[in-house]
Amino acid sequence: MGSIGSSFFDIGHLDALASKQTPVHRVDPRVKVLTTIIFIVVVVSFNKYDPARLAPFVIYPMAIMAVGRIPLSYIVKKLLIASPFVLFVALFNPILDRNPAVELGLFSISGGFLSFMSIMAKYVLTVSAGLVLIACTGFDAICSVLTGMGVPGVFTIQLLFVYRYIFVLGEEAARMARARALRSFGDRGMGIGVYGSMLGQLLLRTMDRAQRIHLAMMCRGFDGEIRRIEPPRMRWSDWIFLGGWTGLFTLLRLYDFPAWLGRELGKLL
Amino acid sequence: MSHHIVEVKELTYKYPDGTPALNGVSFRITHGESVALVGANGAGKSTLLLHLNGFLTPQTGSVRIGDMPLTKKTLKHVRQTVGMVFQDPDDQLFLPRVYDDVAFGPTNLGLPPDEVKQRVMNALALVGGAHLKDRPPYRLSAGEKRAVSIATVMAMSPSILVMDEPTSNLDPKARRQLIHLLSKFEHTKIIATHDMDMVLDLCSRAIVLRKGEIAADGTVRDILNNRDLLDASGLEKPLSLQGCPICGVPPAG
Repeated sequence: MGSIGSSFFDIGHLDALASKQTPVHRVDPRVKVLTTIIFIVVVVSFNKYDPARLAPFVIYPMAIMAVGRIPLSYIVKKLLIASPFVLFVALFNPILDRNPAVELGLFSISGGFLSFMSIMAKYVLTVSAGLVLIACTGFDAICSVLTGMGVPGVFTIQLLFVYRYIFVLGEEAARMARARALRSFGDRGMGIGVYGSMLGQLLLRTMDRAQRIHLAMMCRGFDGEIRRIEPPRMRWSDWIFLGGWTGLFTLLRLYDFPAWLGRELGKLL
Repeated sequence: MSHHIVEVKELTYKYPDGTPALNGVSFRITHGESVALVGANGAGKSTLLLHLNGFLTPQTGSVRIGDMPLTKKTLKHVRQTVGMVFQDPDDQLFLPRVYDDVAFGPTNLGLPPDEVKQRVMNALALVGGAHLKDRPPYRLSAGEKRAVSIATVMAMSPSILVMDEPTSNLDPKARRQLIHLLSKFEHTKIIATHDMDMVLDLCSRAIVLRKGEIAADGTVRDILNNRDLLDASGLEKPLSLQGCPICGVPPAG
């Protein structure tokens, strides 16, 4: 059962990326979270028949990846894992919506196809922006920013704990799977039924552990709130980061840059 | 200093399903004592420890920590006085960074940020883990995890340390370092364990639990030399007190 183990190791890789020291990593987490939220809102706000206008936005995740030394292959892999879900959501658009939207000489592109492209582009942009954010900020910093922004503590604590204990849970699951595999001799073991009781077992162990963790927290004065140390003040470079990107997003939202580029190129030709 | 005293009187506890876990346990531990709590699996050690910190409330009998009885009102104070180190460090280290985890207790006590920082660094330095402060806990070795989980408790400056199996899952070297570390603490210590050699190294007094009752309470030397008692309680003489199987030399002392 190498697959469970290795995919959890992969999450650990995200953490290793977050501890790098680059100019992007040093930007205040609040600024990065805010910029990412603005980015996502702007990207999502585009008309569904207009996928071309989304193209320039790729510059944001790309720039962060380049400066933050985050390997492209890592982000692409993560995008591929979730892509089937999005693909199925968007799949029926080209089939159901067959009205020609754009005429290109002999060819015509249906509105459905455009909206399909639009959904996929929005998916790639928003999710990669999120992944890049985590990879250059670290999950705990993001959680404390969210708390600071007024997200209820219940949610951020849950997120924090999921992130912390997914490794422990994964290890436990991997151990059980290994124990099963070792005694089933490459066969199907005792069939699918065994997985049912393994899952139940895992649930019980998880509940036990949750109780022990709660005890440990009570022991140290936990009262429903995880207090964090005050974050440092914003530096001028943080403001430039925020202002620069927000400005660029606004420009790209207001002006149809790809169309302008197309016209200029047309003139040249 | 009276607030280092732990006094348990006629404590009984039955699990919700009716299984008796403790049956009339009484003892008194005074300031600076280092006491081993030994007994077979299921003898009631963990249940007893859970009472010392107020996770379980006595069904009959009482627990006194320092000058006050353990009640709902004194719970907060008691938990600050009694530092509890759990058996599995993964249960104790729940934040994504070692520093935050050690700071968790002091921050909850409402200490000012400077004081918190001071305490965290002191506690980490004490267990020799200052260099671990920015690491995620799940990336540490078992020995480092144990050291850090002790630091999380020490950061709250408890007067009494309660530990459940501190040497379990450690390699011999890490175990030795831990014993060395614990021997330097001047706190009142209560250590539940199966590691009889550690008992010999660290403790002056031992309480033997058998089926929820105290089978013996005395000096470590007396108890560890009482073969019948050890046998009946699912225990064994420490290896260092047994004769050498190869050269046949009887142990010193």
